[in-house]
Amino acid sequence: MVLISTLSTVVFVGVAVWAVLSSETWPRVREQFFSARHFQEVWPAVLSGFWLDVQMFVVAEVLILAAALIVAAARSLRGPVFFPIRTLAVVYVDLVRGIPLLLMILVLGFGIPALDIPGVPRSALFWGVTALVISYTAYTAEIYRAGIESVHESQRMSAQSLGLTQVQSLRHVLVPQAVRNVVPALLSSFVSLQKDVALVFVLGVREGVREAQIYNARTFNYTGYIAATLLFLAVSIPVARFTDWYGQRVRRRRQAMSS
Amino acid sequence: MQRMRLLGPVGFVVMALVVAACGGDSTDTTTAGGAGCGVDELELVQPGVLTVATGEPAFPPWVIDDDPTNQEGFEAAVAYAVATQLGFTPEQVTWVRTGFDEAVAPGPKDFDFNLQQYSITAERDEVVDFSIPYYVTDQALVAFADSPVTSASTVADLKGFTLGAQIGTTSLDYIEEVIQPDTAPPVYDTNSDAKSALDAGQVDALVFDLPTAFFITAVEMPDTTIVGVLEASEAQADRFGLLFADGSPLVDCVNGALEALEADGTLDALAEQWLASEGEIKTITR
Repeated sequence: MVLISTLSTVVFVGVAVWAVLSSETWPRVREQFFSARHFQEVWPAVLSGFWLDVQMFVVAEVLILAAALIVAAARSLRGPVFFPIRTLAVVYVDLVRGIPLLLMILVLGFGIPALDIPGVPRSALFWGVTALVISYTAYTAEIYRAGIESVHESQRMSAQSLGLTQVQSLRHVLVPQAVRNVVPALLSSFVSLQKDVALVFVLGVREGVREAQIYNARTFNYTGYIAATLLFLAVSIPVARFTDWYGQRVRRRRQAMSS
Repeated sequence: MQRMRLLGPVGFVVMALVVAACGGDSTDTTTAGGAGCGVDELELVQPGVLTVATGEPAFPPWVIDDDPTNQEGFEAAVAYAVATQLGFTPEQVTWVRTGFDEAVAPGPKDFDFNLQQYSITAERDEVVDFSIPYYVTDQALVAFADSPVTSASTVADLKGFTLGAQIGTTSLDYIEEVIQPDTAPPVYDTNSDAKSALDAGQVDALVFDLPTAFFITAVEMPDTTIVGVLEASEAQADRFGLLFADGSPLVDCVNGALEALEADGTLDALAEQWLASEGEIKTITR
């Protein structure tokens, strides 16, 4: 088995590499996409831009995880008293998920500062990150909600029969179990956000991808994009591997418990 | 079964590369003299038709109403003048649209030449071919008329301000290399985005080529003004050239047409017609 899979991989990669390298346009593509000289020149700018991406990602993710939990909890409150809160949460999630992220960034980033309201920040960076938080909160709230709904109804009932209020039972009984169930899905949305932060470049923010674009537009050379790609991969691949590993660990534990 | 699965994707890759290789294989360097420049002799993307590309969308004063076929706007007019000079009728000119960087990506091109204010630079010339310049312009600084930046009289006065520009422009190079402001300049996809940022108060001023600056301050944002023309050395002058695929056999013939249009004053007349300026503008000295 191992032998066959190794052999098949070698043959596959070999043929693919041979096909690319023997192409007539390959020397040209190599110079335009994989030039060592251009790589050296563009790397410092892309790296410092990427650092801004990482910072935006961390700030946004912390806010998203908190805000989304509140939205999801609001949506899972039962009883007629909480109807307005539930409705508000549903409207928010529906509305925001229907708006393309890029439009959200453009509208908030250029639109709100143009209103010229005293005291409202004008910074493109501020509004770009705000748009990411608003958008991703809606998606992440749905992940949490799926988690909360996956907890067996008997848990909610037992909590209430012990005299816990709805909010208390969410906090102490439902949410801890829910979060454990959806960690892989949350991590996967981390990876998605980690790439989407680059979109704030439309507001003129000089993050990693924009730096690569600037270099490309000046020199017509694409090596900067490869540099940016490598940096994004360097962050997203470990997260993806960790997600897989964690998911498997959770599954094994469950199996161990049930057996 | 195993083999079939393997061959599927590889076959696809090979096919794609073969197609790409065939398409790009037009690098014959036919030296086109005066004799080889007849409409029938030119190696065109589409035989018998001159295929010209511009931006999507194209902006005034370069193309009016985003419709180059009406021959209005400086670049639309230049394209038709070149076509006529080469012996094409206006009906034999077709237009395609490309993004600014899309036009320079490796691979076959679907245009004979592309014009959207491409500045000729040595770095770009390694990847594509340019004609001789059809227009030379200065850079100008645009801001709201009541902005403190309007009092600047030298480049050094501009250092403390946030200045923005469109990506891939000589305007951006001028900010980064000559002005070198304390804040790294924000960079926008289009001039429209740059104007939005000015409107949003995210930048203090924008740098454009002078004709664009005239159009913006006169028509699009009347409460803005041209603060001044930015002094540049001869080497920094912004020359717009028609862009061709690298090794295009058309360059010599098109250059011949441009030389004729330069000599008989057509290019100057078109610039006068579409890019005319009014009033006195101060020069911001270095």
